[in-house]
Amino acid sequence: MEEKFSSKGYLNMELLRFTTAGSVDDGKSTLIGRLLYDSKSIFEDQLEAVKRASIRRGNERVDLALLTDGLRAEREQGITIDVAYRYFATPKRKFIIADTPGHVQYTRNMVTGASTANAAIILIDARNGVTEQTCRHSYIASLLEIKHLIICINKMDLVEFSQEVYERIKNEFIVFSRKLDARDIHFVPISALLGDNVVEPSSNMGWYRGGTLMHILETIDIMSDCNLDDPRFPVQYVIRPQSADYPDYRGYAGRIDGGVFRKGDEIVVMPQQKSTVIESIDFFHQSLEQAFPPMSVTIRIKDDIDISRGDMFVKKDNMPSVTRDITAMVCWMSDRPLQLNGKYALKHTTKDVRCVIRDVLYKVNVNNLHQNKEDRNVTLNEIACVSLRTTQPLLTDPYKRNRKTGSLILIDEGTNNTVGVGMVISSQ
Amino acid sequence: MKKYHLNHLRELESESIYVMREVAAQFERPCLLFSGGKDSIVLVHLARKAFHPSLIPFPLLHIDTGHNFQEALDFRDGLVKKIGARLVVGSVQESIDKGRVVEETGYSASRNVLQTTTLLDTIAEFKFDAAIGGGRRDEEKARAKERFFSHRDEFGQWDPKNQRPELWNIFNGKKHIGEHFRVFPISNWTEMDIWQYIYMENIELPSLYYTHTREVFNRDGVWLAYAPFMKLKPNEKVEMKTVRCRTVGDITCTGLSLSTANSLEEIIQEIAATRVTERGSRYDDLRSEAAMEDRKREGYF
Repeated sequence: MEEKFSSKGYLNMELLRFTTAGSVDDGKSTLIGRLLYDSKSIFEDQLEAVKRASIRRGNERVDLALLTDGLRAEREQGITIDVAYRYFATPKRKFIIADTPGHVQYTRNMVTGASTANAAIILIDARNGVTEQTCRHSYIASLLEIKHLIICINKMDLVEFSQEVYERIKNEFIVFSRKLDARDIHFVPISALLGDNVVEPSSNMGWYRGGTLMHILETIDIMSDCNLDDPRFPVQYVIRPQSADYPDYRGYAGRIDGGVFRKGDEIVVMPQQKSTVIESIDFFHQSLEQAFPPMSVTIRIKDDIDISRGDMFVKKDNMPSVTRDITAMVCWMSDRPLQLNGKYALKHTTKDVRCVIRDVLYKVNVNNLHQNKEDRNVTLNEIACVSLRTTQPLLTDPYKRNRKTGSLILIDEGTNNTVGVGMVISSQ
Repeated sequence: MKKYHLNHLRELESESIYVMREVAAQFERPCLLFSGGKDSIVLVHLARKAFHPSLIPFPLLHIDTGHNFQEALDFRDGLVKKIGARLVVGSVQESIDKGRVVEETGYSASRNVLQTTTLLDTIAEFKFDAAIGGGRRDEEKARAKERFFSHRDEFGQWDPKNQRPELWNIFNGKKHIGEHFRVFPISNWTEMDIWQYIYMENIELPSLYYTHTREVFNRDGVWLAYAPFMKLKPNEKVEMKTVRCRTVGDITCTGLSLSTANSLEEIIQEIAATRVTERGSRYDDLRSEAAMEDRKREGYF
């Protein structure tokens, strides 16, 4: 029986972005295949293609993991190379999965997937418990300020659905997680292969009182994930039609990266430090009373101030740091190691500057969180705390406080490649 | 509705507008690839919103295979006039006449692949440094790994194994002379999101998307529109059917669905109930398992 699809419900859905971290053989692809399949997001022609591919490879069962294989090289080698994005929806939420591979360049890919995620699913093989990989995945999720961790203890079917095993791993993780600053941690025992507690509650684990993985994904509170405290509006583009209908229109287009801006609010334009008042917040043919993250709007102000891309609207009693000296955690994304005292192009919000890396303060071992202050050679997939100096002041907040105004990327000026990504710790 | 809450369509809309504005800020000569299909129509709508009350600060580029539905061409011309946009047309027929490409022959002859040469030639001729496209990651497995800002080398090629990392919403559009970018503002939208947005915003579409009667024939289970330049196999016969387009592309490869859906509400119900992907009815994608990836590597949309 077909339920009638509700457009009204669809228009009121929230968007949840999550990442899945996993290693070889931990069942990550199977879990994603299961979520897509059980939420009826797989179409017949896709399923047919997977069936054909499974038979060609001589697999006995239809391998749901094949649903997530994208590129020819991946199918040939049976591995995943790059972050892939998947989509599904339930009547409550629309989901975007950043599916990150576990082995090749794991840190680079995990960091990429985590950068836009509200939640992270971390898979633990029930037979192995908390491993070095669990530690690495959780650390990266917490470094990237993912607020919600969902720890899936998988392959429960291989430990006879034992409550004791589940409780032991859960406690092990709780002890370990004190080293992280994860705020909201959920645990769920599952079998991705058989579907237990993924979308449907398990009949094999009556002792488990919590919700299924899907229930957790549908109900975790993401309202408080956006920064509503610190008003930040980086100017992205200046709109000046100079047309007969709008001869004097001058609007500042951009996205609200923090706080709430209202019509009539007194604001400060940085770095000019000029005060003015919001005359109007425009969105196409509408004039809005207020704007909040992550809205893209156009703001008009009362006074005539010279403003261009890269400037920022803030409020008087709540200023970002204005500085050329920044300490940041950097993840290195390039085969060519970080050059101490090397110069790089740097992008932060809508601003482009150049910078020099002045010092590597310490490197972090992502497997055990140990800091290494001796070795300053930062190579692909490594994470280090560095200090850098920019050619012009940046308007920053600590990444912990604001993911938008606290993040930056480093670009090699010879190749134009993005070679490093940084999270601001402090600026002086 | 809670106080500081955007529903998912508004959040996607905001993300796409942000990307549009980044293109206008970071590139000197962008263009927007316009096919007359619903995704590119939504792109145009988002571009209007991004720059209002200015006109869209870049031209629309249409690659004309010469095998278009007349309804799509009429719609294109009407839209361009209505919004005061500049239109650039790259013609596959001209590429054939100049000897840049050779027309395919045989029953499944299509100009779909030839478009790539015309597209790259037009990008070079007008020195476009960014081409905004309506590709979505949910469409096809090779597209699932596409960036918002996707770098193309001087040959217009995509190297899927060597893509730039893309984090947060910081987009790196730096490039060398002769290279360009493809930019996909609606990467995170699904087919249903597009339809719901068209419904919510009341966006006008070509009549092809609604039910109509047309001369069609069936090839390998796909209903194709009949046009005089198409060669029929001996077992194929032209008949009249009540159909609509789920996607709109070149006539030779756009599969039609048998449908009586005559309003956006009906189309949305139909899509909610359907069990086949959009591209499942695209004849161009049925050629091989990696058909899309191969075309993309060479510079396809």
